[in-house]
Amino acid sequence: MEKTTEIKTKQDRLYTKPSLWSKIKTSKRIAPYVFVSPFIISFLVLFLYPMIQAFIMSFQSILPGQVTFVGLSNYERLLTPNFYTALQNTTIYVILTVIILVVIPLILATFLNSRLLKFRNLFRASLFLPALTSVIVAGVIFRMIFAESDAAVANATLEFFGFEPLEWRYGSVTAMFLMVTLASWRWMGVNVLYFLAALQNVSEELYEAADIDGATAIQKFFYVTLPSLKPVIIFVSTISIINGFRMFEESFVFWETSSPGNIGLTIVGYIYQEGISQNDLGFGAAIGVVLLLIIFIITILQLKFVGAFKDD
Amino acid sequence: MILRKRKMWSAIITAGFVVITIIALFPIVSLLVASFQPASVLMRDGLTFLINPAELNLDSYVAIFSEEASQYWSWYGNSLAISAILIVLSLFFSSMVGYALSMYNFKGGKLIFVLVLFTLMIPFEILMLPLYQLMNDLNLMNTYMAVILPMIVAPIAVFFFRQYALGLPKDLMESARMDGCSEFGIFFRIMAPLMVPSFAAMAILQGLMSWNNFLWPLVVLRSSDMFTLPVGLATLLTPYGNNYELLFAGSLLTVVPIVILFLFFQRFFISGLTVGGVKG
Repeated sequence: MEKTTEIKTKQDRLYTKPSLWSKIKTSKRIAPYVFVSPFIISFLVLFLYPMIQAFIMSFQSILPGQVTFVGLSNYERLLTPNFYTALQNTTIYVILTVIILVVIPLILATFLNSRLLKFRNLFRASLFLPALTSVIVAGVIFRMIFAESDAAVANATLEFFGFEPLEWRYGSVTAMFLMVTLASWRWMGVNVLYFLAALQNVSEELYEAADIDGATAIQKFFYVTLPSLKPVIIFVSTISIINGFRMFEESFVFWETSSPGNIGLTIVGYIYQEGISQNDLGFGAAIGVVLLLIIFIITILQLKFVGAFKDD
Repeated sequence: MILRKRKMWSAIITAGFVVITIIALFPIVSLLVASFQPASVLMRDGLTFLINPAELNLDSYVAIFSEEASQYWSWYGNSLAISAILIVLSLFFSSMVGYALSMYNFKGGKLIFVLVLFTLMIPFEILMLPLYQLMNDLNLMNTYMAVILPMIVAPIAVFFFRQYALGLPKDLMESARMDGCSEFGIFFRIMAPLMVPSFAAMAILQGLMSWNNFLWPLVVLRSSDMFTLPVGLATLLTPYGNNYELLFAGSLLTVVPIVILFLFFQRFFISGLTVGGVKG
């Protein structure tokens, strides 16, 4: 087999081809590179290239057939109330969703893990069901529940408790409430499952030891359950933060691309508005770079935070 | 005494969960009810507690199965086709990559795994505009290809397959090699069949993500006949719409198949959607 590869005539080269292929097929050294090649190609073309391009575009003004270097002027344009609003809305949204989507699922999972609760599988499945809907479908329902009319479910409930009906989609506080509620409703069950899986790995012995020491249920939660769940809590908050900064659809279903007074404007919504709707790709890319920076800083802080925990 | 107290707590907690479940399921049940209500009433009053039973009808379903709703069914077809193609391609490529990363010790393997984790951290939205430009340059706008291409090698799936393959017996590879099996034969004939549960979980994850994906299809799909379900349904939400019947019955019909799949394959849904929770 080795000899045939040395022959250089054209015709013989055709013969060497199958042997080259069979060499690749049976080589432990080459095969893994063939296996990972789809990732390498997609990484280069669909990740690295656009990533670099995003930075380059953010310094350009891009018109059809006319690309000019404009220095930092796209970034200067970020110093406007619009971007500030987008940043503020997104940050508030992230903080609220992280708190809600960590604390409540954690409590629910603790109960779901307890033998005191009956029909656990049924409850678990029902809580998970909302995760199967798309944000658009969820938004269709939420718009009907939180409709402006006095008779709609949300306003009727308010009235029952003696409050004034609200115009949900037209106030900044209620607008945030709608987006956070929609996201929390959809994602609650998934985070419950994360915590539940982690809870099932907490050793029974720890609880038995706590029982012997006469710990109450609440003490057990704070001194046994919580510390054991630290890694999964950090994991869930990390995805919640990143998903929060990526938020777009939860706003889109309520107001499409423009909300009254920008009450629903988010960073990604702003990228879409400027980059796609207004076709100002350079400016849109600059917003994206800032988003990347924010996520980068949060990731670094998180790693440091987690690292600090590992030390003790 | 203690037993009675336990029973009481058990009843209280279970009752609490009944309430929570009602809240969680209320929107989905609402959609079901709404699909039997006149769309004009819904657009005027929203969803109400008091529903006039005389108003309930099948108009929305008549509308959605009529000639005029052909648009809706083309969205349905697009969503089905895109999800199916994406599941096949992304499972094929991602499993190969994940398998190689766990089963072979090769130069650069660690680096590639780090890159997988890195791409996992970077939100797609940052790459969206350059990718949009790229799709424009490649003349792929308004095609299935444009929707599918960026998700074809899903880092999350690569990660999951790698974790799963770590638990496979490596001695099987050696004995297959002795029998003269090629490296690809080892994967496709011996190892991949052992990874079936992970394929099921990832098929569900990728399928659900693609079925519900919104922003990217919204960016690259330009004509109504190419829209996917979420993009198409969103166009019905505008205040100027006149197809509200399609909105409610149409939304429901996008959820129903997924719920049915969920009831049959709950286990795979759960492991697919909670990738990395424990191991990560």
